[in-house]
Amino acid sequence: MKYGVIVFPGSNCDHDCFWVTGNVIKQDVKFIWHKEKNVNDVDCIILPGGFSYGDYLRTGAIARFSPVMESVIKHAEKGKLVLGICNGFQILTECGLLPGTLMRNRDLRFICKDVYLSVENNSTRFTNCAQEGQILSIPIAHGEGNYYANAQELTKLKENNQIIFRYCDREGKINSYSNPNGSLENIAGIVNKNGNVLGMMPHPERCCENMMSSMDGIVIFDSIINSLN
Amino acid sequence: MQKARVFVMPKKSVLDPQGATVKHALNALSYGNVNNVRVGKPIEISLDEKNGSTLEELQEMCDQLLVNPNIEEYTIEVIKK
Repeated sequence: MKYGVIVFPGSNCDHDCFWVTGNVIKQDVKFIWHKEKNVNDVDCIILPGGFSYGDYLRTGAIARFSPVMESVIKHAEKGKLVLGICNGFQILTECGLLPGTLMRNRDLRFICKDVYLSVENNSTRFTNCAQEGQILSIPIAHGEGNYYANAQELTKLKENNQIIFRYCDREGKINSYSNPNGSLENIAGIVNKNGNVLGMMPHPERCCENMMSSMDGIVIFDSIINSLN
Repeated sequence: MQKARVFVMPKKSVLDPQGATVKHALNALSYGNVNNVRVGKPIEISLDEKNGSTLEELQEMCDQLLVNPNIEEYTIEVIKK
């Protein structure tokens, strides 16, 4: 399979995504500059973390109008895979591929630390290699990760099992103590209704090798490969 | 029309942690009468003198880019020369 990592001005996790997909799980991968318009040859697009356009105006607000985004939306509409990590998740909500908004963290601080995630739905194309309720240790690094959706959107997310990850503690307890940023119902990652677009604030690409604090991130990249076979 | 100011504010239904923090600080400075603070942002737009924008166009700019309707609302102030 082939991954494509989009590079916006201000992306800074693009090389980590490239390294993990290319060198760790050994798949084809290429960078896609945000001015390119053709993404037809890739199976899964990654919108990486970073500070696209300096986070000016709002996170992701300007990146969503980058030329490549029209093709990303078409790619998603065809049912092909899109993974947005951190700033990538913010861009996906701004462009309307995912519902809700990532607001300023509850405590108004940038948070960079390892957190625990509970896998709420392991029947998706991004989590099929995880156990149901598995607890993953994956780092977060963001100032705007406080997920918000209105009551109607939240109901739909629940009805369609679109909530994929929630912040929890080591034992899997999901409560305000295990909620790092104030996200609605501890939501850390969601998919669209069709299940082919995942947005998540934690950074799986930062924990896929032995030398890292955890290797739990690899389950997401393995699931993607598995879903295409 | 030469200039317009757009005031972007967090919606009342959305928690505004920045506003809440500023409110606490004002209360701590003995302004006990401050009940609520919300922090938004002003955006000043200068327009081409010969070819200004209509109010409708300014609203389009807000809806398309300047404002996230999920969590923000806005008012537009038009400043005529």
